[in-house]
Parts: sequence; C-alpha cells; structure tokens
Amino acid sequence: MATVSILDRTDHGHARNPGLPFGIDAVEDIHVNLSAVERRASSLGGRRTVKKQHQAAWLLKAISCIDLTTLSGDDTAGRVKRLCAKARQPVRQDILNTLGMGDRNLTTGAVCVYHTMVETAVEALDGSNIPVAAVSTGFPAGLSPFELRVKEIEASVAAGASEIDIVITRGHVLTGNWKALYDEIKTFREACGDAHLKTILGTGELVTLRNVAKTSMIAMMAGADFIKTSTGKESVNATLPVSLVMIRAIRAYEEMTGFKIGYKPAGGISAAKDILSYQTLMKEELGNDWLQPDLFRIGASSLLGDIERQLEHFVTGRYSADFRHPMS
Amino acid sequence: MSIAEIFDTMEYGPAPESNDLALEWIAAHKGQFDLFIGGKWVAPKSQTHFNTINPATAEKLARIADADTADVNAAVLAARKAQKGWEKLGGHGRARHLYALARAIQRNSRILAVLETMDNGKAVRETRDIDIPQVARHFYHHAGWAQLQDSEFSNYEPMGVIGQIIPWNFPLLMLAWKIAPAIAAGNTVVLKPAEFTSLTALCFAEICKQAGIPDGVINIVTGHGQTGEAIVGHDDVNKIAFTGSTEVGRKIRKQTAGSGKHLTLELGGKSPFIVFEDADIDSAIEGVVDAIWFNQGQVCCAGSRLLIQEGIEDKFITKLRARMEKLRLGDPLDKCIDMGAIVAPVQLKTIEDLVKQGCDEGAHMWQPSWAVPKDGCFYPPTLFTNVSPAATIAQEEIFGPVVVAMSFRTPGEAVQIANNTRYGLAASVWSENINLALDIAPKLDCGVVWINSINQFDSACGFGGTKESGFGREGGHEGMMEVLRPKFEAKLATYKPLAPLNETGATPLSPLTAIDRTAKNYVGGKQARPDSAYSLSVLSVKGDKISEVGRGNRKDIRNAVEAARKNPGWTNTSAHNRAQVLYYMAENLDARRDEFAKRLIETTGVTAKKAMDEVDMSVQRLFSYGAWADKYESRVHNPPMRGVTLAMKEAIGTIGIVCPDENPLLSMISLAGPALSMGNRIVLIPSERHPLSATDFYQILDTSDLPAGAFNIVTGLRAEMVKTLAEHDDVKSIWYVGDEEGCKLVELSSAGNMKRTWTNHGKKRDWFDSTQCEGVEYLRHATQIKNIWIPYGE
Repeated sequence: MATVSILDRTDHGHARNPGLPFGIDAVEDIHVNLSAVERRASSLGGRRTVKKQHQAAWLLKAISCIDLTTLSGDDTAGRVKRLCAKARQPVRQDILNTLGMGDRNLTTGAVCVYHTMVETAVEALDGSNIPVAAVSTGFPAGLSPFELRVKEIEASVAAGASEIDIVITRGHVLTGNWKALYDEIKTFREACGDAHLKTILGTGELVTLRNVAKTSMIAMMAGADFIKTSTGKESVNATLPVSLVMIRAIRAYEEMTGFKIGYKPAGGISAAKDILSYQTLMKEELGNDWLQPDLFRIGASSLLGDIERQLEHFVTGRYSADFRHPMS
Repeated sequence: MSIAEIFDTMEYGPAPESNDLALEWIAAHKGQFDLFIGGKWVAPKSQTHFNTINPATAEKLARIADADTADVNAAVLAARKAQKGWEKLGGHGRARHLYALARAIQRNSRILAVLETMDNGKAVRETRDIDIPQVARHFYHHAGWAQLQDSEFSNYEPMGVIGQIIPWNFPLLMLAWKIAPAIAAGNTVVLKPAEFTSLTALCFAEICKQAGIPDGVINIVTGHGQTGEAIVGHDDVNKIAFTGSTEVGRKIRKQTAGSGKHLTLELGGKSPFIVFEDADIDSAIEGVVDAIWFNQGQVCCAGSRLLIQEGIEDKFITKLRARMEKLRLGDPLDKCIDMGAIVAPVQLKTIEDLVKQGCDEGAHMWQPSWAVPKDGCFYPPTLFTNVSPAATIAQEEIFGPVVVAMSFRTPGEAVQIANNTRYGLAASVWSENINLALDIAPKLDCGVVWINSINQFDSACGFGGTKESGFGREGGHEGMMEVLRPKFEAKLATYKPLAPLNETGATPLSPLTAIDRTAKNYVGGKQARPDSAYSLSVLSVKGDKISEVGRGNRKDIRNAVEAARKNPGWTNTSAHNRAQVLYYMAENLDARRDEFAKRLIETTGVTAKKAMDEVDMSVQRLFSYGAWADKYESRVHNPPMRGVTLAMKEAIGTIGIVCPDENPLLSMISLAGPALSMGNRIVLIPSERHPLSATDFYQILDTSDLPAGAFNIVTGLRAEMVKTLAEHDDVKSIWYVGDEEGCKLVELSSAGNMKRTWTNHGKKRDWFDSTQCEGVEYLRHATQIKNIWIPYGE
C-alpha cells in the first residue's frame, strides 16, 4: 500500500510507462456492457461510505489530487497568480491545525492553465513543488494543424510545464482509425520529453463506452502517463460509468504490462460527496495507490470550495458558508 | 484513529446505521408480540412465545407468539369473515387501499429496513436499497391490478382465503409478493412469516392497521413448522402459496393432495451463471458478486453454479479472486459492507458441512485472506474450482455464499450442464453477442433468465421456476392469474363416476361381418402391442363385448414417455406448422364424422344427434386450437430499466393426460388439443370404458402429418397406470379428470419431481360448454412462462 506523508510530486513511486508497439488485437477484444457498467457505478455509492474523521481525511486527500484549473478566455496574470496562491494554501490554516494536518504542507496536486499562462504559474509556484500542467494540442477541439500542436507541447515544456494535458482527434475514434490515433498520441508523448503526458479522451464526444475503453487502451499503448476524461468543454464530462470503464482499462493495462497509469476525471465534479464516490471507485477497482496524486488527479475548479465548507462543518459542527473561505 | 493517520492509510471507517428507533418500537411493544388476527393483537391460545435473535450479535430482540391450530383456526375464520366484504369493495376501492399501503410503507421505510437487518442479518444497504423499495413498488403495482381487475380479468373472481407461508431470506419482500396480488384480487390472507424473521411482518401489520386496511383482510400468525402445517391443512383455505425449501414444498404438495386447494410453490434452486468468452468480463465478475454474495447467498435464485467458457476460465478465476479480496463483511448495520450475517447458527452449520463435503470430494476451495468476525453468525465468500457436475456441491443447494466453478467448451455444452440439475429456477447468461444470448435463453429449463444481469426483480415481471424449483409465478399479469379463478369454477357440481356396466357375455363380433381389428397402443407414431400381452374387453352400452384393447402397464407408460422425450420435433416446429397439423386433424376427423359418431352411439348410447354434435364439437375444438397455436402470445413486461423483459410462453415438455369416460372423443380432444397446440408432447390415457374413440383416432393422427412421439396413447386400466404416469420423473405436468380420490392420487404421486398438476379437483365439467372446456384457461396450463430480462444500450 502506498503511503505518502509529505507530498512529493517530483518523484513518482513507479516506473514511467514506455508504451507498447501498436497492435489491433488489444482493442478488438474489448467488450463493454453499458447496463452492467451503470449498475456497478450506481450501486457502489450504497456499498461504501466514509463518515466523520474518515470523511475529513478522504476530502483532504482529494484536495491533494486536485488540478486546480482556470481555462477561460478572460484569464489574466493576476487571476492565475490568485489561483496559484490558493493552490499553495487550499484550506485555512486554522482548520488544518484543528484537523491535526497543519504540518503536512497540504497543497493541490497541480495548477492547470493554458500555455500562455504557464510562465506566470511557474513563477507564482516557485519553491512550492506544485507542478504546472498545460492544456495543449489545440485544446479543446484539438483540430489545429498537427505540427502546431506538437510545437505547442514543446513550447509549454520549454516554459516550465511539467505536465501536458493533450486532446486527441476524436474523429480517429469515430472512424475506427486506431493506428492514426496511436501515432498521434505517440508523437505527442515524444514531444513531452520528461514532462508527463495526460491524454484527454473527450469521452462525451466518443459517445459509447466501447469507444471509451478502446481509446483508453490505445492511449496507454502510445505512452500516456495519465488518461483523462474530458476537456470540461464537452456537453457531457466525467461520469462514474465512464470512469469505471477507463480505470478498468488501466487495470487491464497493468495486468498486461505491469505499468501503472494515472487517471484524471475532469469536468462536472463540484460537490464533496461526488469526489468521495470517485475515490471509492478508485480504491475498489484499482487500490490505494490510485488515491495518491501521482496516479489520481481531479480536474475541477469549484470542488475545492465545497470541500472547504465540509471540512469547516466537521470542525465546528455548523454548516459553513463560502465567504468564510479565501477565494482563488 | 487520527485524521493524519487515515490520510496516510486511506482506510474505510465504521459507518453505522442507527437502530435506536427500531429498538424503541420493540420496547413500545414491551419486547413481546402477539398474533395479528381480525385487525387486533390477539394473545396466542398456545400461550407460548419464542425468542427472535439478531444473528449478527446473537442477542435476543423480542418474543414472538407461537401460534397453534386453534390460533390458525381463528385467523382463517377472521379472513373468511372479511373476504366477501373485501371482494364487494370492488377494484377501485381495493386499489385505494393498496395505494395507501404503498405510501405508508414508504413513510416507514427506514424502520422497516433497520428492523429487517437486525432480525435477518442482511446488510442494511440491501434492505434500504432493494428489499423495502421493492415492497413499496409491489403494492403500487398491484394497486394498479386491483384498479384494472374488472376490465382485465372480467371472467375471473378471487379464490377466497389464501394461506401463505414465507421464508426468512427476504422476509418483508416475500410478504409483499404474497399479500399484494392476493388482496388486490379480492382475496383475504393468513400469512405465516418464518420463525427466524417475524418482526417486519408484525411491523407491517401495525402499518396496515394505521393505513385503514379492513380488519381480517390481512392476518399474521407467527410460529414454527406446525403453524404452517395447520394453515396448509385447514379445510376452509382455498389456496396455499409457499416459498421455501423443496423439502417442505414437497410435504405441502402431499398434504394438500385431493383437498381441492390451489397451490403455488416457489422452491430451491441451483442456478447457473454462464459466461461466454465474448462477455464483458469485468462486468460479469460484478455479476458473480450480485449472484452469490447478495444476501450472503441465501437467495433461492442465487447464481451458485458458475459456468465459464474454457478459454477464459483461468483469467476469470484470477480476476474473481482479486475481486473477492475486496469484499467487506461485517456488522450488517454498517453502511460500508457487502455482506452481513448468516440468518441462524443452524444455517451456518449446513453451509460448513457442505463446504467440508466439497473439500472431501476433492474440489479446491478458496476464500479471501481477510478474517471473518468471530462473534455472530458469519461465513466468508467461498469459491470452489476443480468441481465436476457430479460433485455434491454442484448438485445440492447450499444456500450460502459459496459458488462452484466449472468450464464448458461450446454453447451446447453450456446448456447441457446448466440443465443438468433437478432444479429450474433461474439462469444468468453473459455474452455481448445478441444472437448467442437469445439462442441460449429459450434452451435453459428454468423460469427466469437474466441476460448480462442477475437477480433483477420487479413487480411487473413474473418470477417462479420449473422442475423441483416449483410451479406458479409471482408478479405481473401471470402472478395475478395465480390468485384468481374462473367464475364458473365455484358453480361446478361434484364429479361422479358412471355406474358400472354389466357384461352380458354376448358379442356381435364375427370375422364374417368384419375383419378382426386389434386396437393397440400408439407410441412414437406407431401402433405397439402392450408389454403385458393381455387384453381388456370393450363393451357396448348394452354390455355386449364389441372389441378388445391392450391392457397397458407401467412399461407401456415408460415407453410412451421415452418416445415423447426422444422426439422433440413437435415442440421445435413453428406455431404455424402446429396450426396446420391441428387443422389437418380436424379435416380428417370431419371426413370420417359418421364413423366416429357411430362409435359414440355404440359405446356411450347417445342419440345420433348427440353423437354427431360431439364429433362436430371435436372438429370445432381442433380448429380452435389450430387457431390459438400462433395467437396465444407472449408478453413484454415493462420493469423500470432500459430494456425489455420477455414473458415467453413456452411448451412445458411432456404432459401426461388422463381422460374421463364422459364424451370420450370430445373430452380427449379438449385436453389433447391445447397441449398439442402449445407444442407439448403428450402421453394420453383415454377413457377406460370407451377407449375405442381414442384408438380409432390413430388413423387420424397417421394421416395428419403429426410427427412421431407427439401424441402417444396407452389404453388400459387407470388404476394400473395413473400412478406410474404421475410419478414419472420425465413427465413435467400431469392433467387428470376424474373423481376426488383420483385427483388426490395424482397430486400425491406428482411430489417426486414436483411436476405441475392440473386436475378437475373432483368437479364435473360439461365438455360441450366452451366456457368451461376451451380456451385460455387450458392454454395457460399447457404453457409455462419464462421471463427473459434483456437490458440493452450502447
């Protein structure tokens, strides 16, 4: 079981996924039954729950996995700096002290921005060990010229991003062009160098769980370090059934190769109780390693606020209000 | 544990559901409960109470009344008194009551869930998310049937008083399955909960009172086996509905034989869970969890035999073991567990003994590495591999969290292994290939098939088994048919056998007037000499000897059943083809109507007009069943899921038919017609006194393109053959028309393989009356309904 006392993001406790040569067999044999997956996803909440101090601890762990994100057209340097400050101190220190977590240097998992904000973020987070993730490759549609998409990765890495969240050409999936998809992701991975590659599948646009499972497998074979559900811009983002299918693919890939791939649900997770369901899913289907930030990230912007309120409620016994917690 | 420690270990903590209000409710009753009879709490005349125990803690929860025969008599009397008024209230009035009851159950849902968990040991997750919501749904659904009764069941009426005996595995849910349809239809009930789990039934009684259910409509008598026996043996009970073990079901079958009581039995199972190599394996693994670790495996339809296609067997077992390591077992009131306690030490002992036997017989047992709580009645999830179909644990129902895994090579072999059991309750089929899944489902000999799912239940869908898993269906339209009877039934007179004929010793037979015709048996499409090589004289109405027929014996019955078994062609042919053959039979009979009429005049002494009427009516009836062959259609149920449930009306298989002496041609056609129309193969014992109408009929069969083995006829003495036919393990249903004694014999003899029976309950039917002797009632007995659940979506 992985236990992490002081968070250290630079050193992953496991070897990095080198990928596999392309092979169509790995996706041809994939079967996913929608109704059965939905049933598992919907019944899990009734099978597992955490209460009181366990819930508080789990929510604190969730904070350590959040990729605190701003991906808006009106982002400015000032806005990004505020976000980074929140990433360094996500929960009021007095609350952390009461919870006995005051000395743990709790931060979010990363800060996630567009390429133009990478330098600002890196500067603002200097000395914190918090990585900067850049969305890339023509995010969110991913349909800009291929060379430019590769160059965008290189530029973000050069600017100091240690994680690159790429988007794939969904059309390759919808037309069954698995080789093209594999080649695209493999090229992105090479462009990343030492930076970690998080592959956004855009699951809402892949539509079927069968597509999601196959795409997950291709992404891992092409060298993804993380697979991620969505850009947050599709009409359907992270859901429990989609997550179940993706993490089962992660399990299958580990069974095949021994390499552990991370998972990042993104979009639509805004309530503390929602993230507990995701954590349960990770723990049940993959194990405790996947509750740590090196293998689990949450793409979210408003989730942190709800967790802060829940933590204060745990401390005071009174329901909290948002203005009592510093904004990002 | 500090938050920082939990932050590092990320373990689950305790998440207990409070039982304060449930304990308060018990305390408010001073920890002791009487019987609920006629809307009041009545102290048991037995003056005896017994303890009910929380199996998770071994603590006493309350004292429960132990009803004796006098108490049961009082309950039946109260139910009888209330019945007419309840019936007269009408469908809408009863619908209002059932609706109110459903709402009241929802308002009290949490206390019912907690009580159930405390009394039974099952996880509060299950009682909260499955049992109690299904209970409410059952009353809502059946409020609807009450409302629609006048339009949908206009030719039917309630049976009267129904005695109901339910098991301990789903205490309140089984109560709802029994009570909701019964009272919706206008019956009143006397229900006995299982002795281990009476509390929710008693809480329900209180809810009924508060909801304004009229006194006496629902009576709850708690107690042990002898309480149940008193209900089953009570003369003024019209029907018994039982869910429980096959062993007790068999006793009830015998005890009710000849009593005229209707009977439905929902018994044990050893249901297969079949995984094909093109299944969604991860989902199938979750299916196994829901199949055998739901309610600690104490589920009659538990998927306890895991059949895996050989190519994926190793992978599947490895994944399954990994999944079992993740299961959590413990305090059933904890909201973070998968499995709770076994209901009682006696059940735990049964499980332990069977597991030991499995190990002794060489199967490989595997259990997860985690420890089971020492206090309380717990058993870990258990997987057996290296199991052959012959092993005890592959044949016997364990009724615990134990699954046995076997492999198969081909779809055909999967079906063979699946059906290689005395039981026939349910099956689960996992494949992403719709052609494969929908091909397998009809071939499985059971009452429920779940495709890519397991243990789905809904009030709109029928549930029930075949073979030693019992008969009758609960839920949906088919369930309502089990609590209603045709209106004409109550008005039928008692059946009286014809007065014996005196043999004159004279005979008109002479080889010079007619060449000798020897009537033989008709087996496998050929005439067959009787095994005994003895003959019986056939007399005319005057007592003159007019012919001889074979004196069939048990071996002739055996041969006929074997011929039916070996020739499935008739069952497998299309409904259109069956219709054509039945019309052809009618055509051929019509062409020879004078000859058949003459035979009736000679043997039964009817007038020429009456004889011709009988032949014409027989022709007409064959036409009717030709018409019905492709029109007695299956239903599609609408449970709350994305998908369909097909309520397939299937042929039963081999039906034994014992015909009366009255109207020997018409009664035979009236019974054989519907059985054949639905694709059954039949072994028919014709009228003992007038067998020639049947033996003459061979020639019709020979010329009507009926496949061999579909219609077998054995003549002889009823007394010598009925028992053999009724006992035969390869006969799946027996129909009998005769006196009360004969009905009793047939019902008693059927208990060996728990075959279905349909007798005239010693009542006389008028074979010319199409209301009594033709149509849907007959088709219903000629078919069994299999509910095939097909969730879909991509």
